[in-house]
Amino acid sequence: MHEKTIAQLSAGLAAGEFSSEELTRAFLERVERFNPQLNAFITVTAEAALARARAADQRRHRGEAGPLTGVPIVHKDIFCTEGVRTSCGSRMLDRFVAPYDATVVEKLNTAGAVMLGKTNMDEFAMGSSNETSLYGPVHNPWDLAMVPGGSSGGSAAAVAARLAPGATGTDTGGSIRQPAALCGITGLKPTYGRVSRWGMIAYASSLDQGGPMARSAEDCALLLGAMAGFDPRDSTSADRPVPDYTALLDRPLDGLKIGLPKEYFGEGLDGAVAQVVEEAIAEYRKLGAETVEISLPNSRLAIPAYYVIAPAECSSNLARFDGVRYGHRCENPKDLLDLYTRSRGEGFGPEVTRRILVGTFALSAGYYDAYYLKAQQIRRLISDDFQRAFQQVDVIAGPTSPTVAFRLGEKVDDPITMYLSDIYTIAVNLAGLPGLSLPVGFAARLPVGLQLIGDYFAEDRLLHTAHRYQQATDWHLRAPAAFA
Amino acid sequence: MEWETVIGLEIHAQLATKSKIFSGASTAYGAAPNTQACAIDLGLPGVLPVLNQDAVRMAAMLGLAIGAEVARRSVFARKNYFYPDLPKGYQISQYELPVVQKGQLTIDLDDGSSKVIGITRAHLEEDAGKSLHEDFHGRSGIDLNRAGTPLLEIVSEPDMRSAKEAVAYMKKLHQLVVYLGICDGNMQEGSFRCDANVSVRPKGESKLGTRAEIKNLNSFRFVERAIEFEIERQIDLIESGGKVVQETRLYDPDKGETRSMRGKEEANDYRYFPDPDLLPLVLDDAFIDAARAALPELPDVKKQRFTAQYGLSAYDAGVLTTSRELADHYEATVAALGGEPKLCANWVMGDFSAFLNKDNRDIADSPVNATQLAGLLRRIQDRTISGKIAKEVFEAMWAGEGDADAIIEKRGLRQITDTSAIEKVIDDVIAANPEQLAQYRAGKDKLFGFFVGQVMKLSKGKANPQQVNDLLIEKLKA
Repeated sequence: MHEKTIAQLSAGLAAGEFSSEELTRAFLERVERFNPQLNAFITVTAEAALARARAADQRRHRGEAGPLTGVPIVHKDIFCTEGVRTSCGSRMLDRFVAPYDATVVEKLNTAGAVMLGKTNMDEFAMGSSNETSLYGPVHNPWDLAMVPGGSSGGSAAAVAARLAPGATGTDTGGSIRQPAALCGITGLKPTYGRVSRWGMIAYASSLDQGGPMARSAEDCALLLGAMAGFDPRDSTSADRPVPDYTALLDRPLDGLKIGLPKEYFGEGLDGAVAQVVEEAIAEYRKLGAETVEISLPNSRLAIPAYYVIAPAECSSNLARFDGVRYGHRCENPKDLLDLYTRSRGEGFGPEVTRRILVGTFALSAGYYDAYYLKAQQIRRLISDDFQRAFQQVDVIAGPTSPTVAFRLGEKVDDPITMYLSDIYTIAVNLAGLPGLSLPVGFAARLPVGLQLIGDYFAEDRLLHTAHRYQQATDWHLRAPAAFA
Repeated sequence: MEWETVIGLEIHAQLATKSKIFSGASTAYGAAPNTQACAIDLGLPGVLPVLNQDAVRMAAMLGLAIGAEVARRSVFARKNYFYPDLPKGYQISQYELPVVQKGQLTIDLDDGSSKVIGITRAHLEEDAGKSLHEDFHGRSGIDLNRAGTPLLEIVSEPDMRSAKEAVAYMKKLHQLVVYLGICDGNMQEGSFRCDANVSVRPKGESKLGTRAEIKNLNSFRFVERAIEFEIERQIDLIESGGKVVQETRLYDPDKGETRSMRGKEEANDYRYFPDPDLLPLVLDDAFIDAARAALPELPDVKKQRFTAQYGLSAYDAGVLTTSRELADHYEATVAALGGEPKLCANWVMGDFSAFLNKDNRDIADSPVNATQLAGLLRRIQDRTISGKIAKEVFEAMWAGEGDADAIIEKRGLRQITDTSAIEKVIDDVIAANPEQLAQYRAGKDKLFGFFVGQVMKLSKGKANPQQVNDLLIEKLKA
């Protein structure tokens, strides 16, 4: 059963081939067996999952099942879950239990999806390798010595190793797409505002966006359909209808214009990765798409702008973790300042601390104009680049990440190199556009992802474009041998 | 040297919304600690603010009432600082682009002149919670009921030149926000509080002196006293060779002095930046027009109308329009009586207001309503009773003994207007006081009052005073 996609499991449940309880039990067994090698989970909620599975089976008997009813999924541990710990991969929230569900969780619960547990992640979603988690690194199922990418590394590894058919992730600078690429699965970061941020612990509010991670574009379409939609509790949520993403998947690609930004194929891109990406693009041409070279001239400014804006917002967003009301509190504080400094000093790891410090600096009087305001101007330039491109093409394609998965520990002490891992994904967040990564082959026996970028609210086009490729190829069906 | 005082006020008016500015929790005052703080007010992880439209409407109403520009686009920003009663580690406020910009308020001065005070801006923000330092045995308690309560911070230009002007401005603004129904004006509960920026400079100097900010003044009296003390302190300091330092000071009402809050406010860098959780606030014509349509008649306009329509003095019109409720009560009384606006004004401002004050009651729960008051005044008007007797009747009405006519009947207070009956009383009085009569006739005019008094006394106050006057003049002459 674990080899099936969500679409196949959904069909199987509908046909009565197996019950949700059987399915859930099967995946829980896999989690128990394989998670120790992977460390993809922070919390496994076996009892609750089985209860939910039984409820889903009853719902099906009543004839009230939807496509996700009874389908097991996992949530990144950044989404608040009522009654179940939400740690954000941090000592700060190691014992935090939210009294509410995130909108994404609530919507998937309503759809009848069965949560198996909460997945590991970089602390507060800050990292590209899943090595900043309090709970230790996640291992890449394709090679346990490698990182799974981050920050949604636990979700990516769990789906790649078939411990769950689908997962939620969040993406602030590439945190869905980069681990999807490095683990050989499909992941979609929707348009900013498409998926509610309520109950999703904030890293950088103007960039954060939740999205689906699964094996195929079709599965992502099923998940996104349940996750997306206007939420009156999130002022930045988009008040526009959610299309039926699955209905549009099978259109042919004839006449699709794919833009290839020359900036995404230059220096810094690993040669073997480049070759796999070129082959994928050639496949698209075979499928009837037309490709044109385009330019996104301000691409090189994306990382510097991101590393001002995201830390600035994070320095403010994480101020609430002060040891006063909840979260980690130091022992025997001698006064208020001591309570603050030790609680935060002990509660946050080094990457989070670094970003808080950088952001605090960037917002300080005398530096604000030079850093924060300048970065906002760059952000506008980057959005304009994309808008110009979308006058010419329907979709933009390129590598998701410049390399395949790298070795655990390899870049931990070199944040700048680590940050470059997101060089092709970050601009998409700055512009608020949707981006999708799909597996298109292997370099040095590790998966390579192709990134597709669409115009605002063009998730349907990205899913369709990815789906047609997946109809013609089987990269997305390959499983890492140890977890097949 | 002659000194000039320069004062600017920052007034925080708590908006009278049902729920908080960014959450659905209630804003009602006085609940048990932390019972009106939801996940958003507590700053739990993952929560998001959603702006309360009613707070925006109220801000727009104030803007329109002070002739300000209501910004079509304004921006919420985060003011970052750590404090235990500030759950998110930042306060959501408006910084560069406030919702109300450039208005003014005209205040009346004691010498009868008026003065225009500029209002720089008014912006929406959330209140913080409360830290409680007593009763926790060396620890501090935090009550977050107030966290997220909507405030409108109204910042004046440094246009005031004395404590009296500052108080006049504050009272005028207080009257306005209460009129508008956007603030309950309750200063004891902190719904309307003031920070005063005070500086002095040599008369004639155009450069501003260094200012001190006096925080959290929650009564008109404290504002006046604190500013007066502060002016004195600054002048003494400069004259004895010292320098005023820019700082925050607290007023101690028990000692009647301000003192430095050193340490708390050392050059904070609040790292303001636009709140990414909230979109810019965009107001369209329809919204602003609706706010305009919701404006009541404003105090100054009402006052002018009262002088024109009812022929009242500026003073009377001012007193009667102090509050909407009083003005409404007055107009209802005039309407019920069908005229006599001056008589109504005297009674509403006089006994009616005095009794309210005495019992510390609001007009809404006055035991005498406008129709009942008009019923009493009608009996003065038709000379059934005198003004003096009317006071007794009013007191009985206040005590709940019924309406005016019933009391007059029950107590037999109907005025004597029968000339022969009054003449009889006068004759009795004259007969009983031959000595005074002789003195009066010898030219001691002052004794006229004595005779009036005796006649009224003998008639138990019921004789018509005008008739008593007229008849007495005749009788005493003879």
